[in-house]
Amino acid sequence: MKELDPTIVLAVFQEMLGPLLWVLLAVVVLGLLAFVLLLVRERRIVSRRLVGAEMLGILGGALALVLMAKVSSSGFTDAGGPADWFLIAAVFGAGLVGSTILVYTVAGWWSVRRQSGRFAGSA
Amino acid sequence: MTTHDHQHVPRGALSPAHARRRALLLAGAAAAAGAGFAPGSTRAADKVRTKARIVIAGAGAAGLTAAARLAHALDGAQITLIDARKEHYYQPGFTLIGAGIKPIDYVVSTTAEYVPVGVDLVPEAVAEFDPQGNRVVTTSGKAYPYDFLIVATGMTLEYGLIEGMDERLIGQQGIGSIYRSPGAAYATWQALSAFADRGGRGVFTRPATEMKCAGAPLKITFIAEDHLTRRGKRSKAKIVYNSNNRVLFSVPIVSEKVRMLFEERGIDVNYERVLKAIDPGKRIATFTTPGGTEEQGYDFIHVIPPMRAPEPIRNSPLPWQTGAWAAEGWLEVDKGTLRHLRYPNVFGVGDIAGVPKGKTAASVKWQVPVAVDHLVAQIAGGKSQALYTGYTSCPLITRLGRAMLVEFDYRNNLVPSFPGVIAPLEELWVTWVMKTMALKPTYVSMLRGRA
Repeated sequence: MKELDPTIVLAVFQEMLGPLLWVLLAVVVLGLLAFVLLLVRERRIVSRRLVGAEMLGILGGALALVLMAKVSSSGFTDAGGPADWFLIAAVFGAGLVGSTILVYTVAGWWSVRRQSGRFAGSA
Repeated sequence: MTTHDHQHVPRGALSPAHARRRALLLAGAAAAAGAGFAPGSTRAADKVRTKARIVIAGAGAAGLTAAARLAHALDGAQITLIDARKEHYYQPGFTLIGAGIKPIDYVVSTTAEYVPVGVDLVPEAVAEFDPQGNRVVTTSGKAYPYDFLIVATGMTLEYGLIEGMDERLIGQQGIGSIYRSPGAAYATWQALSAFADRGGRGVFTRPATEMKCAGAPLKITFIAEDHLTRRGKRSKAKIVYNSNNRVLFSVPIVSEKVRMLFEERGIDVNYERVLKAIDPGKRIATFTTPGGTEEQGYDFIHVIPPMRAPEPIRNSPLPWQTGAWAAEGWLEVDKGTLRHLRYPNVFGVGDIAGVPKGKTAASVKWQVPVAVDHLVAQIAGGKSQALYTGYTSCPLITRLGRAMLVEFDYRNNLVPSFPGVIAPLEELWVTWVMKTMALKPTYVSMLRGRA
């Protein structure tokens, strides 16, 4: 794969998703940025929040599989070999990790805002 | 466009390993691969300046891809694209319409939306090719002189060469044919679906001529079998595949695999049967066989017509003059460079090219950059070593939800893009996912010269 050409991959995804590609990329970039900023601010991972986010993440993984099945007019029940199981795992994994990070980040900033709101109120 | 390729392949001499790596049609498709065939001469940064007049006859997949690549590579060239049809059809999607998976509009767009800036589109058909006079004449009588000609006219479907067959019959009286048009593909789906509801005798054919997408006759057979099975009517149906020759696919190892799958699914096979006549009223198909003719009754029949070069090509000096391809009129080009063997300023790409393999979009993807590289190198006063190895690809649908990613070359070698990951003779969901999700975006990127 040393000749992997990102411009071709980008061109194909642009045709596939249209403007949605940029929306998705923006969500990924902004989400990751918000996640990193949250980690920097809190200086720890809140395990209670992480477990909750992971629970919803499982749902996100399942949703990714359903979405994949819908757009490909097929489903993971059509899997016929190791490459298919790998694809299923990858799609589920992407959905799981993506939504876990997203939920964790949103919940984190939500509580940060609430806390600072409380401080502001008590001040 | 990157030029990395070119640095280790000076002017294109392809080693087999390199050719294989380049044989990644599904490149962006699987978001995992992608060998850009990016000849140095087509780098945007150093366009070749020229006043050359280049005519491209035909604005289908091959013509549009050639136009895009030439427009990228040349500065100042007068590029004229000639085609009367306003719609553009994504033909690899016809099977999916015939399978009931995609709607008609999935495959229909317009030619105009893909015509690159700086390329003139003439909305006419070429009526006459005059390679001695270096010009083509359109149906309105206007002549277009050229310095270089790229022939990308595609082919014609000759339903009329089957007695009793008329393309207007598609969708009626159990007759299907996905090839004719998006509408015909949908009418085929309706006829096929009605057959899958009732069962009966399903007859599948393929012509004795060269044909586009030689996998399609097999795919529609597998798809029909699967619909019958899903509707619980398989036991009430007999499915008969009629091969024109003694194999099921031109690549022996694939042919054997298909034979095994047909056997497993209870699909009967007749060899050396070519559809000669059809009687829609009585629902009888007549085949030629080595021992005379044979009649087969049917409840559903999938007709694939003989195919040959369009008449203006056949009437020109451009086709092969002897051999099997002379009668069908395929262009006499070098199979490695796509350059015409008698008229060196003429190239033939896509379905019209008289080369041993692959009248598919995948072939277009790998043929056009080679032909364009030779043309551009010649304008620049150099010589290209780029070679087309015959690479083509066929996501062979074996049931709804699964396909085999069959990729091969002139030598009947399998050239898998993802060796060790996507096995070429394995029925996989991932291949189906590529076919349904990634192939069309890849194809459109190809038309725009971006993949």
